[in-house]
Amino acid sequence: MRVTADRDRCVGSGQCAMLSPEVFDQDDDGLVLVLREVPAADLAEEVHQAADLCPAQSIRVDD
Amino acid sequence: MTQSADALPEQDAPLPRFPMRRTCPFSEPREYAGMRANEPVSRAALKVNGKPAWLVTRHEDVRQVLGDSRVSSNLKLPGYPHQFHIPEEMLAQVRLMMLNMDPPEHTAQRRMLIPEFTARRVKELRPRIQQIVDEHVDAMLAKGGPVDLVTALALPVPSLVICELLGVPYEDHAQFEEWSAAMMNHDLSPAEYGAAVQALDTYLDKLVTLKENEPGDDLISRFLEKNRTEQVADHVDVVTMARLMLVGGHETTANMIALGVLALLQHPEQMAALRDDPALLPNAIEELLRVFSISDSGTARVAVADIEVGGVTIRAGEGILALNNAANHDESVFPDPGTLDIRRKEARSHLAFGYGIHQCIGANLARVELETVYGTLLRRVPGLRLAAEPEELRFKDDAMVYGVYELPVTW
Ligand code: HEM
Repeated sequence: MRVTADRDRCVGSGQCAMLSPEVFDQDDDGLVLVLREVPAADLAEEVHQAADLCPAQSIRVDD
Repeated sequence: MTQSADALPEQDAPLPRFPMRRTCPFSEPREYAGMRANEPVSRAALKVNGKPAWLVTRHEDVRQVLGDSRVSSNLKLPGYPHQFHIPEEMLAQVRLMMLNMDPPEHTAQRRMLIPEFTARRVKELRPRIQQIVDEHVDAMLAKGGPVDLVTALALPVPSLVICELLGVPYEDHAQFEEWSAAMMNHDLSPAEYGAAVQALDTYLDKLVTLKENEPGDDLISRFLEKNRTEQVADHVDVVTMARLMLVGGHETTANMIALGVLALLQHPEQMAALRDDPALLPNAIEELLRVFSISDSGTARVAVADIEVGGVTIRAGEGILALNNAANHDESVFPDPGTLDIRRKEARSHLAFGYGIHQCIGANLARVELETVYGTLLRRVPGLRLAAEPEELRFKDDAMVYGVYELPVTW
């Protein structure tokens, strides 16, 4: 699993940081930061949920 | 001579009218389920002016519309589906709020504000929100029941939270609350209502001027500070932004507080489960947001190019209501959508805060406010119960934001 995020699209909803704080954070500007590009397999469910719920569809997960 | 029926010129059936009423406070308007099943993208006539608009009702289609860059939020564009009457000459003059801007102006203003509402920032506000809630619950308990939960708790809590966020000086809080409560009092005459709006606007204008000269530790001051280096807004824009924060964050949260408490009181076994296990609260809040979807038609747009939605072509210039209440009852995403289930695992997929670039910037703040209020009532007022017959309650059936006018409770 590989996680990337498009910061140009990000609208700072913070959903990802709340759903999967080990993988996502928000920087001082409130935009998405990917903390772990290759998260542990047991985080797959929350990472996919974060990608699905992202209102700007700026998170991509390649399995 | 009589004409046979089939010789008559074909007459279109009159369009259904929008908004449609919620016959039961805990469910969507009855028409929505049929629309989702038979004609998920269909036309209706707006009650306010008789003009046509598209109603989009499926979860997938609502997400598609709200995520599409070929739709605009600009209420000045012809075809925008207005839901209350704004005279043309007034419309030409209004300053657009961020809510009604499109990129790139929207992006510039939103980026200035995002840092105020990050998950981390909102978490930092938690203790102060708890204090505000506790003070109001103390006062309620001291006074004794029955009380109207709307005036005792639901309105003042979000009002004070926004006051402090915007940096309204403490001595002005009471005045501020009075105006903002007046703006939500639907029993006022148009003149009284207009006076409250005017007073609040004058106040916000002065407040912004004050912050321009004497910056403080608040949202408006930080916005002004950033604006000095990368100017995106003039004075009027900042006043307009402050007003948007107030109206966007106040009535919505207040209505959710009261409706959520009512829903829990009407589902005692789920309320008991929440009291026993507060860890269920975050999911319960998502479910309450879903079930009520109080800002159903807040997600209004106008197409700026021809777009294809659910097999239908919406032409440039046509109005669209991407109905989040309809989407939130889409049985393909939420099985048995009419049932409140605080443990529902897909609850978070609701679109009650919208979707796309305009998704509610205050969503995380609203969540913390709701969690604090519900959590505190569960803990501190275990005997809470309705002090009226459910049939006596009056709901905001025709308002843009759904809610209950009064919620008499005792304990
Ligand atoms: C339960 C409470 C709330 C509900 C149901 C709600 C609902 C919504 C919805 C549906 C939208 C999207 C409108 C659209 O797509 O055109 C929105 C946007 C917005 N909301 Fe909320 N809201 C709530 C609380 C708040 C709070 C607490 C604040 C501020 C402190 C706030 C400020 C805003 C702003 C500024 C926007 C415009 C965002 C943009 O255009 O980028 N809301 N809200």
